[in-house]
Amino acid sequence: MVADEDKVFKALADASRRQLLDRLRRKNGQTLQELCEGHDMSRQAVTKHLRLLEEANLVATTKRGREKLHFLNPVPINEIYTRWIGKFEQGRVQALHNLKQAMQDKEKDQ
Amino acid sequence: MSDFVYVTYIKATPQKVWNAITTPEFTRQYWGMAIVSDWKPGSKWDMVNLDAAGSVNMTGEVLESDPPSRLMISWVKPENRADKSETSRVTFEIEMQGEMVRLNVIHDQLKPGSDMARGISNGWPRVLSGLKTFLETGHALADWANCKSAPQAKVA
Repeated sequence: MVADEDKVFKALADASRRQLLDRLRRKNGQTLQELCEGHDMSRQAVTKHLRLLEEANLVATTKRGREKLHFLNPVPINEIYTRWIGKFEQGRVQALHNLKQAMQDKEKDQ
Repeated sequence: MSDFVYVTYIKATPQKVWNAITTPEFTRQYWGMAIVSDWKPGSKWDMVNLDAAGSVNMTGEVLESDPPSRLMISWVKPENRADKSETSRVTFEIEMQGEMVRLNVIHDQLKPGSDMARGISNGWPRVLSGLKTFLETGHALADWANCKSAPQAKVA
């Protein structure tokens, strides 16, 4: 189960899977049951998406009793980030991101 | 739930991964900090800044130590040392999986909503991908050359 980059990009190339990662970012360590709640996806589809995310090492799991907990694992995304964003760009990319974020927040307020 | 579980796969041996985590000469290269302890259960450990003052910015106790496969430490800011509610726990699990080492880092017992809980999600992914790069290529992450707290970190 060695995660390679292709698996990471394929896993990310799906809105439902990105949504599952968003949900884990908001609340880390959820069970399958919790991740199925308030979702229009079937339990079967969520299970399949989680398996692909786990194979890509974007989701890490631990057992707590009989329950399996799912955690967001952004380490492979950090590897992709450092591959293309070097030390000189870092500050500028962050500044642009902050600017965009600030503009969007402003729009929402209006 | 304010626990974090991080996993990374590294082309190395468990002993090399253990050494990279527990040897300050290595941690300063990819972490930008010197991590110092004798790693015996009950001993203290310190995360020391690389600046001239050498201030300690994180500390704790070695709770379990089973080289090269398992290390559990408590994790607390020096000023909160006496405060149990501010003390969290970090576990490193190192195991061979096929040709690669699977490194799990579990950070739990965090106080919900604390600065620490928020800061963790920025810190570990960078440290772990730095560790992977360091072990697989022998190079430190370029990031640290830009990091104010690590003026001595050399980029290979």
